[in-house]
Amino acid sequence: MISEFGHFALILALTCAILQTVLPLYGAYRNDGAYMRVAEPAAVMQFAMTGLAFAALTHAFIVSDFSIKLVYANSHSAKPMIYKISGVWGNHEGSMLLWIMTLALFGACVAAFGANLPRDLRARVIGVQGLIGVAFLLFIILTSNPFERLDPAPFEGRGLNPILQDPALALHPPLLYIGYVGLSVAFSFAVAALLSGRVDAAWARWVRPWTLAAWMFLTAGIAMGSWWAYYELGWGGWWFWDPVENASFMPWLVATALLHSAIVVERRGALKIWTVLLSIIAFSLSLLGTFLVRSGVLTSVHSFASDPERGVFILLILCLTIGGALTLFAWRAPSLKAGGLFAPISRETSLVVNNLLLSTSCIAVLTGTLYPLVLEAITGAKISVGPPYFNLTFGIIMMPLLLLVPFGPMLSWKRGDAYAASQRLFVAAILGFLAVLVTWYVMYGGPVLAAFGIGVGVWLIAGALSELAWRAKVQDRNFKLAWQRFKGLPRSAFGTTLAHAGLGIAVLGIVGVTAWKAEVVAVMKPGDTQQVAGRTVKYLGEAPRTGPNYRDIVGRFEISRTGGPVTNTVEATKRVYFPSRQPTSEVAIRTYWSGDLYVVMGDEVGDGRTVRVYFNPLIPFIWLGTFIMFIGGLVSLSDRRYRVGAPKRAAPKPAEA
Amino acid sequence: MRFLVALLLCVSLALPAHAVNPDEVLDDPALEKRARTLSLELRCLVCQNQSIDDSDAPLAKDLRVLLRERLKAGDSDKQVMDYLVGRYGEFILLRPTFGPHTLLLWLLPFVLLAAGAVIVVMNRRKTRQAAAQEGLSAEENERLKTLLD
Repeated sequence: MISEFGHFALILALTCAILQTVLPLYGAYRNDGAYMRVAEPAAVMQFAMTGLAFAALTHAFIVSDFSIKLVYANSHSAKPMIYKISGVWGNHEGSMLLWIMTLALFGACVAAFGANLPRDLRARVIGVQGLIGVAFLLFIILTSNPFERLDPAPFEGRGLNPILQDPALALHPPLLYIGYVGLSVAFSFAVAALLSGRVDAAWARWVRPWTLAAWMFLTAGIAMGSWWAYYELGWGGWWFWDPVENASFMPWLVATALLHSAIVVERRGALKIWTVLLSIIAFSLSLLGTFLVRSGVLTSVHSFASDPERGVFILLILCLTIGGALTLFAWRAPSLKAGGLFAPISRETSLVVNNLLLSTSCIAVLTGTLYPLVLEAITGAKISVGPPYFNLTFGIIMMPLLLLVPFGPMLSWKRGDAYAASQRLFVAAILGFLAVLVTWYVMYGGPVLAAFGIGVGVWLIAGALSELAWRAKVQDRNFKLAWQRFKGLPRSAFGTTLAHAGLGIAVLGIVGVTAWKAEVVAVMKPGDTQQVAGRTVKYLGEAPRTGPNYRDIVGRFEISRTGGPVTNTVEATKRVYFPSRQPTSEVAIRTYWSGDLYVVMGDEVGDGRTVRVYFNPLIPFIWLGTFIMFIGGLVSLSDRRYRVGAPKRAAPKPAEA
Repeated sequence: MRFLVALLLCVSLALPAHAVNPDEVLDDPALEKRARTLSLELRCLVCQNQSIDDSDAPLAKDLRVLLRERLKAGDSDKQVMDYLVGRYGEFILLRPTFGPHTLLLWLLPFVLLAAGAVIVVMNRRKTRQAAAQEGLSAEENERLKTLLD
C-alpha cells in the first residue's frame, strides 16, 4: 500500500513540476507577479512529493517487501540495515529516483533561499529547474518505475551486488548526485539570464555559491569513489580512466573552470558570455555522464541498466536540453554586453588561462572517452583508449596549469605586475626547487620526472600559503600587525588557499604512488616473510569466519620494520557472499606517513597461498588533499558576502574606479 | 558471441582483480620489468578497461604468459607489440597508434587549445578597439574644452 502511495506521489510530483515550469516562465514573460509566485510553492511541493516517493521506496527496502520487483532484485533479508538502505540507490530505478529527488531539492532550495533574487530571475530559474524535473520524472515514470510489483511475491530477494556492500560505496552515489545535479542550478541560472538578457555581478554572486556547493560534492564523491576502488578492487590502483570515472571527472573540470570564471564576472563584469556557456556545458556534461552510465553504451561495472529504450529516452532529454540551451545561447548571447578591460598580465588573464587549460583538459578526457564509440560507429574499427592516452594528453595540458596556479592570486585585477608576483613567490619557488633536489638525491636513480612532480606539489602548497602571508603583509616584518591582518582576512581567501594547497597535497600523492610503488608477489606458507620498502611482512596463517551474509577466510599478517620489533598485526580476507556466491577480497591496509602498506590474499597454491604485498608511497595524500579541497570549498562558501547575499540592486561599478 | 563475451565479462568481474601470479614471474628481473611495463599498455580483451597487468581473467593470464614467452625468445618491445597487434588487432593496445584513423583523437585537444588561445587574443583586440571607440568624439572634446576653459 505504501508503495502505491509512493508511485502516486511520483505522478503528483510530475504535475507539480509541470506547474512549476509553465506558470512562472509565462509569468516572467508577461511580468505577471501572480503567475511568478507559483514558482516557490510548486518547487517545494515537487520536492515534498519526490521525497515521499523516495521514503516509500526506502520503506519497502527496509521491511524487505519482496513483492516489489526492485527490492526482490536488489535486496536480501539477511543484509545489514545500512546496505538495505543503500540498496535503494544501488540500482537503476532507485538511483534515478535519488537523482530526481536531489534535483527537486535544489529547486526547493532556490525557492527557500532566493528571497533577495530579482522576482523575474527567481521565477525563471525555478521554472527552468522545473522543466528538467518534468523530463526526468517522465523518464522514470514511463521507463523505470521503481514501484513495479511482482505477483506472486517471492520469499527471498536476490541480494545486492557484494561489491556495492561497502560504506564508501553507500555514500558515493548520493554525494556524486548532489554534485551532478547541483550543477543544474548553474544551468538554470544561465538559461534564466539568457531569457532575461541580464548578466551582472549580482547574477554571478548568485551562481557562484551553488556551483561551489556542487563542486564540493563532486570533489567528495569522486574522491570517495577512487578511495573505494583503491581498497576494494584489490590491486592498489586508485584511478583507471574508466569511462564512468571520466563521466564524473568532466563535470568536475568544467565546474572548476566555472568557479573561477564566475569570479571574473562578479568582480570585473568580464567573461559574461563564456561563464554562461560554461554553466550550460557543466550541466550538459552531467547529463552526458548520466546518459553514458545509464544507457549501458559503455560496458562497465556501473551500468546495471543496459536497456536501449532508456538510453534513447535519456539521449532525447540530453539533445533537447543541450540543443535547446545552446540554441538559446546562440540567439541571445550576442546581446550580452561584454565589459571590463584588462591587461595581458592581470588576475583576469590568469583566470582566462586557467579556464582555457581546464576546458581543453576536459576536451581531452571527452575525446578519449567517446572516440572509440564514434570510430566504431562510423568505420567499424575497434580501438581502445586507455590510461596511457589520458595520462599523456591530460598530463601535458595539466602541467602548465599546475605551474601557474600560485601566480593567479598574486596578480592584481586589471593590470598585474609579473615581476612583483614572482618576488612574492620567491620563497615558494625556492622550496619547490629544494624539494626537487632533495627528492632527486634521496631517490637517486629514480625517474627525473617524479622529482620534478614532487617539486610541483611543494610549489603549489608553498605558493598557496605565500598568498595568505602576502595578504597579511608578513613581508613588512611587523608580525603582530600581520597576525591582526591575518585574522581579518575574508574567509574566501582561506578557501582559495586551502583548495590550492589541497591540490598540491594531492599532486604529491599522485606522483609518489605513480613513481615509487613497490610490489612483491609470492606464494607464502604460515611463518614465511616477505620484505617490501624496508618493512617485513610475516604470514601467520589463516582461519575461517562467518559474517551476517558472507563467509571469510581471514589471513593474519605481522608487520615490522625490517630488523625491528613487530609493530602491527593486520588481517586480509577473502570473502564469499551467500546469496550470489560472489567472491571479493578485503585488503589489509596499514597507513604510515610515508605511504600505505597494502596486503592482499590471493588463491591457494598447494599448501601455501598467493600473497601480494604493495607499498604505495604517499598515496593517502591523494585523499587528504581532496578532503582539504572540499574543506576549502566549505570555508569559501561560509564567506560573509554569501551569507549577507548580493545587494538587491548592485550598483554597476564604473570600470575605471 | 555477444552472449559469450557478456558471460566472460561477468566471470571476470566476479573475480577480485589481481595482477601477476608468482608462477608467471620471470627469473630475470630486467626482463620481468619490461614485461610489466608492456602489460600496462595491453588491454585484457574480455574485460572492460583493464590492462592485462590488472586483470585476473584467464585470457589476461594467457596474454601475460605469451608476452613473457616472446620476451624470453629475445623479441624487442616493438616486436612483441607488433606480434600481439597482428594476432588480436589494434583493440589490444591501450595507447592507440597515431594514424589517419586516430588523427582527431590525438590532435583535437591540442588544436582546440591553440584555437582557444587565438580566440582569447582576438577577443582582447576587439574589446580594446571597442573601448577605444567609446572615447570622446571630436565634438565632445570641443565641448569639454570650452567647459574646462
